[in-house]
Amino acid sequence: MVRLITHNLLACHVRGCNSNNFPLQFQDVQIGLREAEFNPDFLRGFLPKIEWNALVDSARQLGDTSLPAEQPVMIDDDFLKTLHHVLLEIHVEEGAMVCPNCKHVYPISNGIPNMLLADHEIG
Amino acid sequence: MIPTPDLSHLTRQDYEHVYEPAEDTFILLDALEQDVEYLKSLRPRICLEIGSGSGCASSFLGALLGCTSSLYLCTDINPHATKCTVSTGKQNKIELDVVLTSFAHPLHSRLRKSVDVLLFNPPYVPTIDEEAAEAQNSADIQGAWAGGKNGMQVTNQLLGMVESLLSSNGCFYLVAVKQNDILSIRKKMLEGYGLKSEVVIQRRAGGEHLFVVKFSHGPPVQ
Repeated sequence: MVRLITHNLLACHVRGCNSNNFPLQFQDVQIGLREAEFNPDFLRGFLPKIEWNALVDSARQLGDTSLPAEQPVMIDDDFLKTLHHVLLEIHVEEGAMVCPNCKHVYPISNGIPNMLLADHEIG
Repeated sequence: MIPTPDLSHLTRQDYEHVYEPAEDTFILLDALEQDVEYLKSLRPRICLEIGSGSGCASSFLGALLGCTSSLYLCTDINPHATKCTVSTGKQNKIELDVVLTSFAHPLHSRLRKSVDVLLFNPPYVPTIDEEAAEAQNSADIQGAWAGGKNGMQVTNQLLGMVESLLSSNGCFYLVAVKQNDILSIRKKMLEGYGLKSEVVIQRRAGGEHLFVVKFSHGPPVQ
């Protein structure tokens, strides 16, 4: 499953593509929603690792506009529940992710992102 | 005691393309179980297994640490293996986030100094180098064991990435066999990257002398 928590950690790794290579842009996606158990401790711990703007943008590409544009200073349970849904419950099953810089297309099939590169593309 | 993950959904056909858990898998599970208190004390948020194969080890780690308490990332270069990893996670009710890739390449820039638990059960069987390289290119079951000279061709590539991936409290579990020269691996990681190590378990099984070595920056923060 490409969940936004993982998408927020993926960058284009084509040789020489070192800037503006994150976040990958979703294209032609099919999504599924699956409930996950809420763990506020985990979310609080994970929050510092998130690239916020990338997460907000990517969620919007998937039709979810529930996140505030700026990461709130006060972290309450309501916010964590919203974050929980966006990070962990939206699954991109099919489609692709495109590098905003070099336009390399990474397909997603059966929920698995194919990030393999051909020999000549490897950095 | 945490049971070995349920693998009953995997078939003979799966095991034609994906390494079937064996003694080297089980020694890794035993090492993780032995270290469970230490692992929990790290409060891991990101666990990463490279070459997750059947998904057995990460499913076990998820059961050990709790399915909601960490992100469990898995990579494999073999498309069959990525499918099996996903299905084994589902079978055992552990969400494994799988990426089809070599090593952790597309994750590397974002995971710098962020991985709390890193697992690698590499292709460690000594073969000629060409055999190991072809096995990786073919992205099939041979890639799960053919390790090139001293069985270290693939492991050596990963060893160079470990320190940049590990968080300050992070730890790395490596499965190895005697022919890999455990002492020289440990020396290389200490001298090259300042990573301390210990042998968590060693045992002879099925004609192999297996080791699980754990690397970290130092004693865990209590």
